[in-house]
Amino acid sequence: MFQYTIRRLISTIPVLIGISLLLFVMLRALPGDPALVLAGQMASPEDIELIRVQLGLDQPIHVQYAKFMSRLAVLDLGRSARTQNPVMEEIWARLPNTFLLATTAITLACLLGIPAGIVAAVKPYTRVDYLVTSFSLFGISMPVFWLGLMLVVVFSVTLQWLPAGGIGTWKHVVLPTVTLASFVVAFIARMTRSSMMEVLSQDYITTARSKGLMEKVVIVKHALRNALIPIITVVGLQFGSLLGGAVLTETVFAWPGMGRLIVDSILARDYPMIQGSILIFGLLYILVNLIVDLIYAYVDPRIHYD
Amino acid sequence: MAFPSSKEELRKEKMQDSDRQPNGTKGASESQFRKGLAKLLRNRMAVFGGILILGYLVTALLAPVLYPGNPSAPNLMRSLERPSLEHPLGTDELGRSILGRVIYGSRVSLMISIGVVCVGLLVGVPLGLVSGYYGGKVDFILQRITDMLLAFPGFLLALALVAILGVGINNTVISIGISMVPIYIRLVRGCVLSVREQVYVEAARAVGTRDLKILKRHILPNVMVPIIVQTSLGMGTAILFAAGLGFLGIGVQPPTPEWGAMLGSGRGYIFNSPHVATFPGIAIFLAVLGFNLLGDGLRDALDPRSKI
Repeated sequence: MFQYTIRRLISTIPVLIGISLLLFVMLRALPGDPALVLAGQMASPEDIELIRVQLGLDQPIHVQYAKFMSRLAVLDLGRSARTQNPVMEEIWARLPNTFLLATTAITLACLLGIPAGIVAAVKPYTRVDYLVTSFSLFGISMPVFWLGLMLVVVFSVTLQWLPAGGIGTWKHVVLPTVTLASFVVAFIARMTRSSMMEVLSQDYITTARSKGLMEKVVIVKHALRNALIPIITVVGLQFGSLLGGAVLTETVFAWPGMGRLIVDSILARDYPMIQGSILIFGLLYILVNLIVDLIYAYVDPRIHYD
Repeated sequence: MAFPSSKEELRKEKMQDSDRQPNGTKGASESQFRKGLAKLLRNRMAVFGGILILGYLVTALLAPVLYPGNPSAPNLMRSLERPSLEHPLGTDELGRSILGRVIYGSRVSLMISIGVVCVGLLVGVPLGLVSGYYGGKVDFILQRITDMLLAFPGFLLALALVAILGVGINNTVISIGISMVPIYIRLVRGCVLSVREQVYVEAARAVGTRDLKILKRHILPNVMVPIIVQTSLGMGTAILFAAGLGFLGIGVQPPTPEWGAMLGSGRGYIFNSPHVATFPGIAIFLAVLGFNLLGDGLRDALDPRSKI
């Protein structure tokens, strides 16, 4: 297990290097001079040249990449072209906010999605099932940012129960969490339903029932445990789309997280910031996938890693 | 190997599991297709999805008839009006009819989603075919690149590409299209791997049929079903992604009527004029719902064992 963890950790390095290389080359191959953006419209050609030298943009591209990577090794992602603050500092300031939102959303999604999926699978083609299936279809088809806005209209504008945006109290967390979770709940419910239905048709479930076990025991102990693997996969994969959804949700609710940071950087053509935040997002996603793989081992003792 | 030892293998297993019994002869697959179509037409939800999409197609084609005016011409005297007889969905902050913009927006959104799946299909399917059929080094390199692209969740990948390419309608199509390429590569490759070892492919090879012909005549028809299903679902995703980018202000730019961008600008008036943001959202929701319903129905009808 330990060896497997180490090996998986090492195997993510080439992917990360590949991503950094791709990002680096593409960002530089494009029109638009970052030095020009940084200097502003009033700058003289000498000023622009000075900034270019300061940023190291006058050097050959492979030298620039080597420097970028050696700084990356000590978690130095350069300075933001917009605010002049170190990129890493800005990311650290916002990462906890996104992490909070992602955690509350995935927790809510599991708490709602898994039971809903189980109920739908236990009573297939009944009203409950149709209700769960249609709700999850709606959830998948609904643009999260629109749902967010509609929640604001209902709960902030009309009822005035919850704040429309910002950060601070627990009340600020409610609407963004519900918005972000909506999409994931739908996916988890769908996957739980289909996974449970498959397991429930297995012979060992019939055996468990015929030896007189309580239905509750059959469902939870015999069926759910076996249905969990695909459910965990979906939860893990959804964490990624959660990061994507966070970009939109954070914009709707003016939530100062990573997603908003990326969008602002794109709008301002702040290259070091774009590069850094996308790299960190990629790293997070890879880490989550790794954790999901490790959780498999606990849930399913049949899996061995050699 | 007794049990799947990683998520990747699990996924692969699922893919093989989902493979239909491949048909070597064209006639058999055609009759099977007809059977699938009949099954699709019996599925009420799928038919409903199809009708929704048809509705959008007609709206997009007949946009100038349905709304004769210019949907982008501002009329500041009548900004932010609530729904009325003259403007059934009200007007936006520049006094433009929201109904007109939603109607013309269906053109933009459908065009984008068609463009996106074209990019995905034209790049992803050939690469998936080559990767699965030839294997070896080509396969290895292609799969590592796919790994890299899949290391980002779809929307983030599209976002990153827009950051690189810049805003606008063409770059929106290219960015979202590229973000779909790895999905097609994986899907097609997985199917090819299982078809490649079939006896009829071996027979074709034995009588000296050229690779290109084998790929075209024997392998492609057998991977068509998952491609069709993925394309229907992909159209919905493309609309969602494009709307998301438009909403963030980094997709289609004003004054082009695009649903996401309309929502983005309507967001500023949510307190006093919530109708500005309401209707474009409904338009997005119903379009995506239509493609998802149709995609689900297609999968149930043509590919009942698959679980994608």
